[in-house]
Amino acid sequence: MSQVLPAEGGLRRVIGDGHALPDGEIDLTPEQHLALYRNLVLLRTYDERSVIYHRQGRIGTYAIFWNHEAMQAGSVFALEERDWIFPSYRESAIGLLRGLPVSTVLSWWRGHPAGWWNPKEWGVASICVPIATHVPHAVGFAWGSQLKGEDRVAIAYFGDGATSEGAFHEGATFAGVLKAPVIFFCNNNQWAISTPLSAQTAAPTLADKGIGYGMPGVRVDGGDVLAVLDATREAVTRARAGDGPTLIEAVTYRAAPHATADDPSIYIDEERVQEERDNECVGRYEAYLRRLGLLTDAQAEDVKQEALDLMRTGIAEAEAEPLADPGLVFEHALADPPASFADDLAELRRVIGA
Amino acid sequence: MPERLLVEAVNDALHVEMERDPSVLVLGEDVGLLGGVFRATAGLQERFGHERCIDTPLAEAGILGTAIGLCMAGWRPVCEMQYDAFSYPALDQLINHVGRYRWRTRGKMAFPLVIRMPYGGGVRAPELHDDSPETYYVHTPGVKVAIPSNPADAKGLLAAAIRDPDPVVVFEPKLHYRTAKTEVPAGEHVVPLGAARVVREGTDVTLVAYGAMVPLAGKAADALADDVSVEVLDLRTLKPLDEGSLLGSVRKTGRAVLVQEAPRTCGYMAEVAAVLAEKAIYDLQGPVLRVTGYDVPYPYWQIEDAYMPSVERVVDAVRRLLSA
Repeated sequence: MSQVLPAEGGLRRVIGDGHALPDGEIDLTPEQHLALYRNLVLLRTYDERSVIYHRQGRIGTYAIFWNHEAMQAGSVFALEERDWIFPSYRESAIGLLRGLPVSTVLSWWRGHPAGWWNPKEWGVASICVPIATHVPHAVGFAWGSQLKGEDRVAIAYFGDGATSEGAFHEGATFAGVLKAPVIFFCNNNQWAISTPLSAQTAAPTLADKGIGYGMPGVRVDGGDVLAVLDATREAVTRARAGDGPTLIEAVTYRAAPHATADDPSIYIDEERVQEERDNECVGRYEAYLRRLGLLTDAQAEDVKQEALDLMRTGIAEAEAEPLADPGLVFEHALADPPASFADDLAELRRVIGA
Repeated sequence: MPERLLVEAVNDALHVEMERDPSVLVLGEDVGLLGGVFRATAGLQERFGHERCIDTPLAEAGILGTAIGLCMAGWRPVCEMQYDAFSYPALDQLINHVGRYRWRTRGKMAFPLVIRMPYGGGVRAPELHDDSPETYYVHTPGVKVAIPSNPADAKGLLAAAIRDPDPVVVFEPKLHYRTAKTEVPAGEHVVPLGAARVVREGTDVTLVAYGAMVPLAGKAADALADDVSVEVLDLRTLKPLDEGSLLGSVRKTGRAVLVQEAPRTCGYMAEVAAVLAEKAIYDLQGPVLRVTGYDVPYPYWQIEDAYMPSVERVVDAVRRLLSA
């Protein structure tokens, strides 16, 4: 078993600042760099367009993930297709990185049944709304796959607030004991709606919590997509080797409201937000790629246009979905529904004349 | 046919079903090496190995939460909650996920998990070892609930639960784990979910009960036998409710006394009473009466008998109803 004490204090970093801070090394081909960039831009575009769609009344309340793209794209890039992703609502669009249609995720935020996908098809579990409760699911999946002799890793995403939940503790406890091939990916944006990290925990860092479960805790700059990728690769390697789980704490600062219904001006540090916006993760990677001569203006423009086109098509498709039949209310709750469902539906149809 | 105690019948069902289906595994606190605090899982780890009978950390929400993930990986987990009231931390997973995940995937993923637990009072145990929490489970959409009253049903209902494509919760009356040995079919034995059973035929009044209250209802029927013809209906499955058997019996007798150990308000028998009001009211010759636990925390065990429905209280309810 590798050393778990102490957890790392500093943040791992690969991307430099273009000045005094030099760029680090990472094993990626130019094609992989471009693919990663495309993923980042896709997520950024999805998020920015979604806020606009919400304001236009085209989707419902939406949990913004602006500047969280590096954590999502970087970590998913370290996985194989057979590995499973367990997202929270903050990672609602993470399935796009696996080819899940934009219209599906937009439909979810529109409350339309077309937004509820088949996890088996994408290796992406359903969006988990209650905080941290999906953490044990990822553990069970990873452990169960291991018991079946399948080489699959699971990764669970959650925020800093989630580390206060019992479900996180129980999931991490199980994973440590079972040596489950699972990665706990904490996007520490330092806010749980209006509650700052200082009110969430007295632990010096969230990565420190790994010690209590017998797993390494890794701290990484959440705005550095390559550092995230690197740390996740390491965790995946550990998991596949049978060495058990890893806790990754990716540190950032929430530079957007918690969700479209939130007003952060009541509680947030605007100067700190501005600092974060000036150093946002997509721009950092773009500057890095340009420094290395891996991205031209024309390529960047193409990638952005491509993402915008996907969104335009996606929202059109989502809005073209016909209203579902009320009968769908009764479908899928049980494989073997009780007779009362048919009675209830017949009565509903009679009353509403549908 | 072999005779078994109720807890032995549970153990038998687990052996038979794990033998039949290699995707069934058992997890819970102390279920492996010890074989469970009631020995319901005795011998499973020895027979099926540590990978299919797992001693978990002491964390009920963790047990149920990982069981959901195990389903996603293709397993059919049977989770033991060590005691009724110990299951409350797992309600988070039950309500938020167990009952909803199939729906959330629009029927594309199955969650054929089982939660089984000893429940109920009358065993002179410390606090929170005596609860009847079935209503919390019954009220959760997407979940089925069964409660056997005897060894043969304990085996058959658990087997049905394990084979069912949906999540099923099985409550086992711990008071009767070791009270009587009765005949239990050997080998595969399945009692279908959603089928009640008339335990005793009668014409004057129907006693409706489930789990530990069925033997009690039988004793009350004995006590009344000289002048009242009592029918005893064992619901066996609370969800889905076998309305046909319930209505059939009550239409015949015209009277119903509903017996439940759980606190009264919004207890399961409130639902049964509502069904009778909606669908059998013109067949009734008197009010539907309930004999239940009270709306209080389950009491100190030296006076728990004052809380538990008793033969006397059931007899009294029947007499009141007949004289109404």
